[in-house]
Amino acid sequence: MSLVQHLSALQVVVPLLSAPLIVLLRPPGLAWAAATATSLMAFTIAIALAIGVSNGNNFAYEMGSWPAPYGITLGVDAFSAILLLITTGASSFALVGGKRSIDSQVEASRQPLFYSAWLLLLAGLVGIVVATDAFNIFVFMEISSLASYVLIAGGPDRRALPAVFKYLIMGTIGATFYLIGVGLIYMMTGTLNLADMAVRIQDVSDQSPILVAAGFITIGLALKAAVFPLHLWLPNAYTHAPHAVTVFLAACATKVALYVLIRFDFIVFQPNLAGHALQFAYFLMPLALLAIIVASAAALFEPNLKRLLAYSSVAQIGYISLGASLVSKAGLTASVLHIFNHSLAKGALFLSVACLAMGFSSTRLEALAGAGRTMPWTMAAFTIAGLSLIGVPGTAGFISKWYLISAVLNEGALGVGLAAVIVVSSLMAAVYIWKVIEVAYFQLPHDGSTAVREAPIELLAVTGLAALANIYYGLFSDVPVSLSSDAAQLLLGVTP
Amino acid sequence: MELLGYYNYWVFAILLVIGLYTVIAKGNLIKKLLGLSIFQSAVFLMYITMNKVEGGTAPIILKGATDQIFSNPLPQVLILTAIVVGVSTTAVGLAIVVRIKETYGSIEEHQIFEADQTP
Repeated sequence: MSLVQHLSALQVVVPLLSAPLIVLLRPPGLAWAAATATSLMAFTIAIALAIGVSNGNNFAYEMGSWPAPYGITLGVDAFSAILLLITTGASSFALVGGKRSIDSQVEASRQPLFYSAWLLLLAGLVGIVVATDAFNIFVFMEISSLASYVLIAGGPDRRALPAVFKYLIMGTIGATFYLIGVGLIYMMTGTLNLADMAVRIQDVSDQSPILVAAGFITIGLALKAAVFPLHLWLPNAYTHAPHAVTVFLAACATKVALYVLIRFDFIVFQPNLAGHALQFAYFLMPLALLAIIVASAAALFEPNLKRLLAYSSVAQIGYISLGASLVSKAGLTASVLHIFNHSLAKGALFLSVACLAMGFSSTRLEALAGAGRTMPWTMAAFTIAGLSLIGVPGTAGFISKWYLISAVLNEGALGVGLAAVIVVSSLMAAVYIWKVIEVAYFQLPHDGSTAVREAPIELLAVTGLAALANIYYGLFSDVPVSLSSDAAQLLLGVTP
Repeated sequence: MELLGYYNYWVFAILLVIGLYTVIAKGNLIKKLLGLSIFQSAVFLMYITMNKVEGGTAPIILKGATDQIFSNPLPQVLILTAIVVGVSTTAVGLAIVVRIKETYGSIEEHQIFEADQTP
């Protein structure tokens, strides 16, 4: 077997093995260097996998050469390739640029442990994405969750502690619900392999344990994915986490849970359960619409920049689940595309927040007055990423909103209403991004902050790169669009 | 009796709800974690119950024996992993409670909430 065939296993193994070794690297800076190198290597593997998937290669990997359904198989397809790209990409961007930001927030003696937890989070997230086995997904989900609790609580902000406790409680309830669902399905089908499950479930699809399992799995994963109204853990956890951690988590953590929700539902339940498409749509669509409206409205009145962006994340999760709730190829394409484009926009926005936090003492809006003068490059990147979040033409955000609106308009009269909701919430996004722009560009700096200088060059460079990626993928959207439509075809079981 | 036949599943359901109620209703963070542990243990019981085959023994093939009945070992293995996950979750949770006690001086939810309202 050549190296290429091992890539889907290496994607998980590389960060998982590096994590315990990094604990031993005590000299300052070394742990960071090792973690960054590992993360970049994972990013390279993800790019190689994405290129391979676009060329039609098959990356199924049988662990220990035990064939499915008895052995454990790892696999990468178009949908997982996109998730791998954003997960490893977000981790690499945050680590490359975030060294001095992390230095200022985490004590030097704790840093080896911090970076070790970081790589465990990375290993857990990519593990969820490549796993094709329901129980493996649970184990990787818990690895990533436990690591993220540690990372969020790692900063100097004491309010992170109650926030992370709430996240731990809700995250564990979500994971346990998922475990109950998987147990009930195992009881009825005797298999844990998702593809095998989809075949065997046909004989028992009318039995009540399967329906109960579908409910438990959907609710459990919706908790993890912060689908409205199960998002209560998210705003505080994102706000009080160290800035670099927020970049990583906001760009991919909830989306990976959403990925499992969509994948589980469309592979196992959708083709086999009578009337499931309708139940799925009735459950998810109202929640998605509420998320879009309520979370955008909450962001409008939020005085803290980080929490404002966190509420906006809840709204964006609404867009992604709205696309999925249409149960159509166009809807799923838009949904997957928005997963990609939103992590570009939100990653760049939180990177600019990390820049701002290096200069200003607080992330409250009124403290950031005059940031446009003192930190012009940071605010330029923030503005570009903000435009992408709103969905202005020429940015990545426009492409996925365009696809989403075209998808909902296929739905007839209902679609017009849905499109109206999307337009209204885009206007709300314009208003809350404008609030930041207004404070930064049209207010004079406070006396205390006139001496603020630009953020460190490496953080600034990464932020600029992330912002430019928003423009690049707004103009040349072929690669993400073709991957997304492949993913949608795959999920609906339509042969391309 | 059909209903009594599902005795184990009744216990599972009752434990699950007791755990969930404790997590939601109690303000003390340690009690919340206790509730969470009960909640998780209930699920372990569900897995262990479903692997039981009447008259089944440990799945070891004996030479010459032809009509052995085995219990399904897979759920036990799964739940061993899940127990480890549960223990780690409780450990991280307790570590966070210790740090909350150090910084806030309390482990009562409403007191922590009030401490942050007056900065």
